Amino acid sequence: MQDYLLMIVAAMFINNIVLIRFMGNCPVVGVTSSYESAVGMGAAVIFVATMAGTTCWIIQKTILEVLGIEYLQTLVFILVIAALVQFVEILMQKVAPPLYRALGIFLPLITTNCMVFGVSVLNIKEEHSFMQTLIFSLASAVGFALVLLFMAGLRERMDATGRVPSLLRGVPITLITAGMMGLSFAGLLGMA
Amino acid sequence: MAARIVNEFTKGFWKEIAPLRFALGICPSLAVSTKVESALGMGFAVVFVLCMSNVLISAVRNLVPDKVRIAVFISIIATGVVIVELVMQAYFYPLFLVLGIWIPLIVVNCIVLGRAEAFARKNTIPLSLSDGMGMGLGFTLSLVVISSIREILGSGTWLGMLVMPEAYPGFGFLLRPPGAFVIFGLILGIMNVISARIEKKTA
Repeated sequence: MQDYLLMIVAAMFINNIVLIRFMGNCPVVGVTSSYESAVGMGAAVIFVATMAGTTCWIIQKTILEVLGIEYLQTLVFILVIAALVQFVEILMQKVAPPLYRALGIFLPLITTNCMVFGVSVLNIKEEHSFMQTLIFSLASAVGFALVLLFMAGLRERMDATGRVPSLLRGVPITLITAGMMGLSFAGLLGMA
Repeated sequence: MAARIVNEFTKGFWKEIAPLRFALGICPSLAVSTKVESALGMGFAVVFVLCMSNVLISAVRNLVPDKVRIAVFISIIATGVVIVELVMQAYFYPLFLVLGIWIPLIVVNCIVLGRAEAFARKNTIPLSLSDGMGMGLGFTLSLVVISSIREILGSGTWLGMLVMPEAYPGFGFLLRPPGAFVIFGLILGIMNVISARIEKKTA
């Protein structure tokens, strides 16, 4: 139990997937200009990354390793993720239309979000068990969503004050802010 | 025609240099830029994948129905990445270990799919090849710039050679993840200054 708790803290904060492992930076730069879209993207990623992580783990263990074709991992995983995103999109449209209206536009973007693919590969690389895979994928995705929300909040503030030098406005200041955020996350390093 | 090919090639270096202008492919630019050596390795891997995917996608552009194009593009790109992965593992093993998870992650590099979607599916094979080459080398160039700054200031070396005085203590912050973000942000700011100057001069 304690191991799992440590894993959650480590994946969410200490080895934060965006700030320390550098995955999924594109949405952090791209969709954080408004708070609502950050919430939508974060929720969609939590959902898809958890499903993709576990599905890829199952496929790796039951198909790729049994047949001895691990070298096809990259190709198979990306196709699984693409298919999964499509499937989730169709399912959501039928089962939960309000949720689809809120998250729908973010779903196609997730296929090329390196965070989803990265988590699936990391699970295999670090030899996680099924339970660890589930927890690691979920916690990493929550860490991603947290950074997205923090960043959106900070950017709305910065835009409102209008005190950012014009040449740093937009992407540059977002990256510098991410660096500062990473420093404060790195401060938690001794905890686990 | 020849002029257009040259034009598509050179736009990747300044006018449309992907990581610095459009913030595409930031993740690998940040992750593998602690050393110039790994930045070069990553850059050439992307050049190969980008040229291959652009040529193949351009070749099948009239055969693939619009609705399934993304799936087809991604399969082509992933095949290229698998080739790079296997070749690197066989012939450049130390580099393979350094780049680690970032080799499979070329699949989801926004530049590669972005060029397929925005360029290769609408243009002829020679144009797509020169576009892929230019964009890939532009990506390599920006990686080298970032990694040079980080390696020289961070550990006092460049491509493994000592360039700073021996007593230089090294600015460790730049080698850590937060330093990468700050340096990248500052480079983008400097790019904005230079572009603004150029625009003023031509206007």
